[in-house]
Amino acid sequence: MQEAVTITVSGAPERPAGSERWRLIARNIFPFLVVGAIWEVVAWAGVFPHRLFPTLEEVALSFVQLTIAGILPHHAIETLLRLLSGFALAAIFGVGIGVLMGRSRLAEDIFLPLVSICAPIPGLAYAPLFLLWFGLGNFSAVLLVGFVSSFPVIFNSWTGVKAVREIWVRSAQSMGADDRRLFSHVILPGALPYILTGLRLGLAQAWRILVAVEMLAAVPWGLGWLIFGAREFLNTDIMLAGITVIAVIGLSLEKFVFQKIEDYTVVRWGMVAA
Amino acid sequence: MSENGRQMRSMWRAAVTLAVAAACYEAAARSGYFAPALLPTLETVTKTLVSMLADGSMIAHAAATMYRVMFGFFLAVVVGLPLGILMARFQRVENFFMPLVSALMPIPSFSLVPLFMLWFGIGNTTTILIVFYAATFPMLFNTWSGVRSVNPIWLRAAGAMGADEHKLFWKVIIPGAFPFIVTGMRQAFLRCWIAVVGAEMIAASDWGLGWVIFDAKEFLNTDIMLASLVVIGAIGFLFERLVFGSIERATVQRWGMTRAAKG
Repeated sequence: MQEAVTITVSGAPERPAGSERWRLIARNIFPFLVVGAIWEVVAWAGVFPHRLFPTLEEVALSFVQLTIAGILPHHAIETLLRLLSGFALAAIFGVGIGVLMGRSRLAEDIFLPLVSICAPIPGLAYAPLFLLWFGLGNFSAVLLVGFVSSFPVIFNSWTGVKAVREIWVRSAQSMGADDRRLFSHVILPGALPYILTGLRLGLAQAWRILVAVEMLAAVPWGLGWLIFGAREFLNTDIMLAGITVIAVIGLSLEKFVFQKIEDYTVVRWGMVAA
Repeated sequence: MSENGRQMRSMWRAAVTLAVAAACYEAAARSGYFAPALLPTLETVTKTLVSMLADGSMIAHAAATMYRVMFGFFLAVVVGLPLGILMARFQRVENFFMPLVSALMPIPSFSLVPLFMLWFGIGNTTTILIVFYAATFPMLFNTWSGVRSVNPIWLRAAGAMGADEHKLFWKVIIPGAFPFIVTGMRQAFLRCWIAVVGAEMIAASDWGLGWVIFDAKEFLNTDIMLASLVVIGAIGFLFERLVFGSIERATVQRWGMTRAAKG
């Protein structure tokens, strides 16, 4: 869990060496041992019905069994594919609309009211509407995830393009840059930190609602569906195994995607993280 | 063109856009290409909204949702705020809780809905707990980074002027961290609002805006669905702008601190 901690500590500590490092790892594992032990005691003591509160060994066992049987990886891959395709939709349309809004007053006046009305409504509230209009299944799920996660992308791209200094644009123009060069050499690089922030927020949002969308949209595979289906048969162990996978995916997204994007922008543009 | 004139033109265009969008929708709804049950006219939606408001059912649903949001939000503040302050002030507390928080935070709140349904059944308890789970982390994190970011010079200056631990806390740390705390509350409320709708849909009880939308799907009552969407949007907007906007103006802006934690 060392990874988890460095995410949040601002001004990441330099990598400690030797015993210092083991101490750090031990320190991070300790809270999990405490919580795990409490869980075990409660489970063994039979405070709650066993089916509803399985021991950690059972959860681990079903995790291993499901992984070997290939069921868990299949669910996870379907979920990831859905996440990526939804996010790709959001990235393409979101950046497109956002940049257009930033560049043209007309586009801004047209899109801004629509976006400001649709954005504050919680994403899942659209779910039944999408299911009615586009049917149950994958298409609705991906479309909904894309639709919902495009709002932060649009807002941030728009702000980013607007934040490009007027003086850069004018100096590039006076040095003879045409529209295309102006766009690719001045506006896009200038807006990129914002756009990346928007993409990061969009991906986070997509991830947050995807699980719920899978529960509602009756897709054949997917982690959300797995844990929701497990409820019917009181398979709490399967449910907890599924939640573990969800947590791992969430943590890796945080660590390997969001963190990387942030490092990249912060380092490259010399912006300081709060 | 003056800035004022430009603003006028923008508002004009916004009005035109909305009118055109509404007209397009209306045309599609009336064209008969789509089933009227799936694409009700704006007139029907308005009528449904008005009648649901008039017979009090919409208000009852909204009240049920607000009760869950407020209860969950309250719990999140009660847990997140002190824990965030403790974590920022005491290294030991931080060492113990930070790994747990970092591991729990990336789990989307909705993925706990089925588990909580098994444990606590369908209804208020589950929804409130989901809301609480969703809102605690932004609250906690913003408080934590707010208290940590209090300028050490202020602490030392106050200490040098003879402030005791108690005064230091109330007069320096809390006001210094306040912009972050307000941001945390704002984000937490936003999360609550998102979580409550989803939790109500999945862990359906008998009341609540999320439940109405989902229930309306079963009977193809798209008009009820759209009417509830309007109400959900309006309440969210109202809270975001009026409540948190005015809290921010009354405290943070008046104190001249507009820094904010990033989401």
